[in-house]
Amino acid sequence: MEVAQQDITIEQTKKETVNITGSEALLEALIAEEVDTIFGYPGGAIMPIYDALYDYSDKLNHILVRHEQGGIHAGQGYARTSGKVGVVFATSGPGATNLVTGLADAQIDSTPLVCITGQVFAHLLGTDAFQETDVINITTPVTKWNYQVTDATEIPEVIAKAFYIAKSGRPGPVLIDITKNAQIQKFDFEGYVKCNHIRSYKPKPVVRHQYVEQAAELINKAKKPFILFGQGVILGSAEQEFKAFIEKSGIPSAWTVLGAGAIPTDHPLNVGMLGMHGNYGPNVLTNECDVLIAIGMRFDDRVTGRLDKYAKQAQVVHLDIDPAEIDKNVKTTVPVWGDCKETLPLLTALVEEKKHTEWLARFAEYTKQEVEAVIEKELNPTTEEMTMGEVINQLNTLTKGEAVIVTDVGQHQMVACRYAKFNNTRSNVTSGGLGTMGFALPAAIGAKFGAQQRTVVAVIGDGGFQMTLQELGTIMQTGIEVKIIILNNRFLGMVRQWQELFNERRYSFVDIQSPDFVTLASAYGIAGKSIDQRGDLQSALKQMLDHKGSFLLEVMVTKENNVFPMVPQGCSVSEIRLK
Amino acid sequence: MEKQEFNITVYTENQIGLLNRIAIIFSRRKINIDSLNTSPSEIESIHRFNIVITETEDVVRKICRQIEKQVEVLKVYYHTNEDVIWQELALYKVSTDVIAEKVSVERLLRENGARAVVIRKDYTVFETTGHREETDNLIAILQPYGLIEFVRSARVAIIKDSDGFNRKLREFEQREPGEEVFENEYLNKGEKVFTM
Repeated sequence: MEVAQQDITIEQTKKETVNITGSEALLEALIAEEVDTIFGYPGGAIMPIYDALYDYSDKLNHILVRHEQGGIHAGQGYARTSGKVGVVFATSGPGATNLVTGLADAQIDSTPLVCITGQVFAHLLGTDAFQETDVINITTPVTKWNYQVTDATEIPEVIAKAFYIAKSGRPGPVLIDITKNAQIQKFDFEGYVKCNHIRSYKPKPVVRHQYVEQAAELINKAKKPFILFGQGVILGSAEQEFKAFIEKSGIPSAWTVLGAGAIPTDHPLNVGMLGMHGNYGPNVLTNECDVLIAIGMRFDDRVTGRLDKYAKQAQVVHLDIDPAEIDKNVKTTVPVWGDCKETLPLLTALVEEKKHTEWLARFAEYTKQEVEAVIEKELNPTTEEMTMGEVINQLNTLTKGEAVIVTDVGQHQMVACRYAKFNNTRSNVTSGGLGTMGFALPAAIGAKFGAQQRTVVAVIGDGGFQMTLQELGTIMQTGIEVKIIILNNRFLGMVRQWQELFNERRYSFVDIQSPDFVTLASAYGIAGKSIDQRGDLQSALKQMLDHKGSFLLEVMVTKENNVFPMVPQGCSVSEIRLK
Repeated sequence: MEKQEFNITVYTENQIGLLNRIAIIFSRRKINIDSLNTSPSEIESIHRFNIVITETEDVVRKICRQIEKQVEVLKVYYHTNEDVIWQELALYKVSTDVIAEKVSVERLLRENGARAVVIRKDYTVFETTGHREETDNLIAILQPYGLIEFVRSARVAIIKDSDGFNRKLREFEQREPGEEVFENEYLNKGEKVFTM
């Protein structure tokens, strides 16, 4: 019945035309794409769109942010927890240039976004008009696709393309720049048709069965197979397919920062985190495995360390939707290109059921060493001052791994990723590839809008928080419930760690002062608390989580703590240091 | 792997801004484009780029994948100079008086495979096509006779062993939207693309 009804509506919209403005056509298009939330900030060149939005506020929830960078990070957070496309509005000139960091972040982390920017009148393009910037050229390197609309009649088709491109294949950010005249211009709108094909665009490479067979053969022969998985599993909604694959093949699996949560933290085959501050076993044993199976990950340099000493002994199977990733950094033996939601079941069907008990035990041995040398000290410290790790550990106990954890960039991020417990997918929101300080607070706001029934906890450093703290205003105005933990070590901790380890403790401009965060929060009407005693930790966290509404908890932690293990830059993953 | 000249052929939609999107793939890696030609292909609305760079095959392969990844790019090939027939066109402007007085024009044209495009009282324009050395050669010959102006086009290259993209383009143009209109043959040739 429903289908039939839908057909009728499409028929009707096709036949009847309505004379509407470009702005109205844009909003109609967003509604047709099932957009419910927009993060934005108005300005001169986007005023006609905002004027139209005034009449659409019952259908579209517009969140007024405090800075366009906050808007786009919120859009990213929304996309990451909801799995939908994040939508962002900004005006021309400075509004648009303020999006650039977020676009670059979304591009490198494959986050689907559609950003709409206003632009000066078409006849003023190139005249250095007020608030004119060449947004299309500025954003070309940091968008999957961008397009400038100068005529209202283009809007329905262009928006349809924008959504299709943003979410299909390897997702990414799309920016549509609409000149003011096109926003005002009236035209006969024939209804909105979603896009599902662009002739020059191949979102998914064709699956080649011979490669799937070759991959299965390699895996079946392997004595020490090892899986590395990334965000591709989450982006492809292939968590179940992935779980089925590893459980049948019995292969130990380690995750990249963005892959965290694709399978639960305590899954018996989850052997931990990869990369510079990842776990001991996964790093060392990368250089010992015989078949390395990379799934939806891109061999970032923070994961591989020194490339010419990376897994040289191993045959490499790489599953990725983006053919450009195959052989980009690590030479592949068998490339299994395609959507892993399609390729994983094919592979699962061909692999033998195994339990790599002895091989798994090797990971456990390394875990034991890491627990003794690093983890125990971090999670159950005997020092007077608190560590970042114990805060995360206590948080795990209280949230039971059910919360969405949004992190910023730096030491606290690595600690949170290492120790946070995730029972569910789409629970870890962080700036992985770009490493954008200031990401967490606005992203947490977006994350909560994208997953309103879930608890969202932003874990942020004292440095990163000060980069986008104006978004407390967005929390105030919307009343959205975000739990904020500031892990305050009174330093730009990660840079300080590097200066300590590699620059003879020459602490160059890492000593950062902070305002009274609790007073600051209260100025925005947000409850808060600051603690520096271990005895208060559990009750303060509980108070934060139980509080109705947003809450800011500042935890004073050890000033000069280092994140270990660590693969120093330029070193091989097997040269990972425990201290 | 040795660096050598590679000819990259790109078929694209005719879209404003795409040239920039392709160019930054090179500039981001600090790779100089030796020659760039873009012009309409035999199919309306589809453009063909010929790009020449000097790089290792490994780098060229990665760059081609990055280009092919762009939404409005239909197809990318890369070839060594041995795999293509290529030409550049050059124009030479010289003083008619000098050239008529001092040179056997007829012999000069014949020996260099050139032709006169314009002959005016005050100047004459010659044209020749060929490889870089050939067009360079004529510069050297004309230089002593008061070469006034010289210009050379980008390289255009045709691929020796392709069975032609024309047929594919035609099919492609006729087909209505559907899944996977054509196979990605560049990626098809696993044994050529991957070092296993």
